[in-house]
Amino acid sequence: MARITREEVERIADLARLTLTPDEAERMTGELERILEYVASLEALDTEGVEPTSHASPMRTPLREDRVEPGLDPDRALANAPERDGHAFVVPKVIAEDEA
Amino acid sequence: MTEPLSPIATLRRELDAGTTSSRKLVEGALARAGRLESLGAFVGLRAEAALAEAEQADARRGRGELRSPLDGIPLAIKDNLVQAGEPTTCASRILAGFVSPYDATAVARLREAGAVVLGRTNLDEFAMGSSTENSAHGPTRNPWDAERAPGGSSGGSAAAVAAGIVPAAVGSDTGGSIRQPAAFCGVVGMKPTYGRVSRYGLVAFASSLDQVGPFARTAEDCALLLETLAGHDPRDSTSLPESVPRYREALTGDVSGLVIGLPREYFVEEGVDPEVLAVVRQAVAELERAGAKTREVSLPHTRHAIATYYLIAPAEASSNLARYDGVRYGHRASGAESLGAMYRRTRSEGFGAEVKRRILLGTYVLSAGYYEAYYRKAMQVRTLLRRDFEEAFRGCDVLLTPTAPEVAFRLGEKAADPLRMYLSDVYTVSANLAGVPGVSLPGGFAHGMPVGLQLLGRALDEATLLRVADAYQRRTDWHECRPPEPA
Repeated sequence: MARITREEVERIADLARLTLTPDEAERMTGELERILEYVASLEALDTEGVEPTSHASPMRTPLREDRVEPGLDPDRALANAPERDGHAFVVPKVIAEDEA
Repeated sequence: MTEPLSPIATLRRELDAGTTSSRKLVEGALARAGRLESLGAFVGLRAEAALAEAEQADARRGRGELRSPLDGIPLAIKDNLVQAGEPTTCASRILAGFVSPYDATAVARLREAGAVVLGRTNLDEFAMGSSTENSAHGPTRNPWDAERAPGGSSGGSAAAVAAGIVPAAVGSDTGGSIRQPAAFCGVVGMKPTYGRVSRYGLVAFASSLDQVGPFARTAEDCALLLETLAGHDPRDSTSLPESVPRYREALTGDVSGLVIGLPREYFVEEGVDPEVLAVVRQAVAELERAGAKTREVSLPHTRHAIATYYLIAPAEASSNLARYDGVRYGHRASGAESLGAMYRRTRSEGFGAEVKRRILLGTYVLSAGYYEAYYRKAMQVRTLLRRDFEEAFRGCDVLLTPTAPEVAFRLGEKAADPLRMYLSDVYTVSANLAGVPGVSLPGGFAHGMPVGLQLLGRALDEATLLRVADAYQRRTDWHECRPPEPA
């Protein structure tokens, strides 16, 4: 049984805000199928009761004093904006027919 | 002057003796970069700025105000570490036009030490790849054979050092991206302990695995670079607070009594080129002659490392790369009539195939219904892999393995088969998953191409890795071999 279908690939592409061409979707489905089949080798391993590791070094979240420090000034922060208006990033309208 | 540059230690003696100047070194490096442009090692040079900085370094030297042993030395930086006022592309179309407003901490530390950044080096897009072929700038070529890949993802940094354009460079290693290209290009490359070098200003790929580290020709130069790069940074919450040893003082040349573990899972005949294995066995014998003891150890979960890595790294990448949306910087698709359409078109136009593949894989394994089976499972196996190292280091001081199961492969050879490309990281990913340090150093040749020896150590024990690497280099001259000069 296939681990992933083309419909699922299109669904996750949608979640990731990617639009795949029909060719891309077809090729990605085949490639992801092979990769998922390979990684499924982990299923055979007994990990009952094993704590998951999300991070290599066990450490607590470091805290600093709640003090105002200089940050990036707004003009420099906005210097790379594709479109801006004063101190704001300009984007196309947020609500439209196609917006999921 | 377009001769290859010597190691930093040699350049420093020449600078001290007054037989060269920083300006001359930078002029030479720029000339050589121009002559070797077809390697594709650099994606951008800072010719004018580098020459001006070299003159400032020469002036400091004249006043007796040298900042550090790196003062006036030209270096190259992988193009996923941001430099103030310079573009950062990550070899992706999606960062087209981006100019960084700040320096990565690694870059800032090198600059404070007086080092001169010559330029930015090529990489696989967002450091995702093992060949430097997935680059919007085109591939980098291996200086030993232009038809072969330099490895990746830090292929540009490795090639720039191997070709003698710069004596040292900086890269990043998420699953082997410093060590494997170092092996393929015949130079030294080190991935320090996770958290040893600040990630501030390193464009994030997989945040629990990413680590910045040096490339050089010698372990001695690597030690010098690491002394500068390492250390706590309040701007990186995963940065380790421990003080930084003087790594160069650990380079005694003495390995007598040291116990080197040989993990049996890395020496299995299937899946590794026998000629590569023969080179590694010769290195084992050399270190035994130097007085080291060797013993077989086991890392029993090694065969699960690639699967674990290719679940965790894409999961983290899919989250990290959500920031590329065309709103604040980089590429924005034109003419989109709504915000949602703009996101989709920007991302679909901006990312290359391998990056899309990993975003899709990561999104899939994190999605409802699959999280437990894939992502949580991988995090549990990560625990087992970490314990393997803890257990192994009870009986030895360092581990010695091949860095890669083969020598540099041909450009295009694996480009059409993502899974085959992933398997070339088989010996390097475990160190990232466990967070332990690793170094690759030249150990000889197979099929006319360099073979890398990998040393893995306990967390925060870079000093022992560098001591063993340096002792090996004092007894051998593989690191002095140079690729042929192009006609």
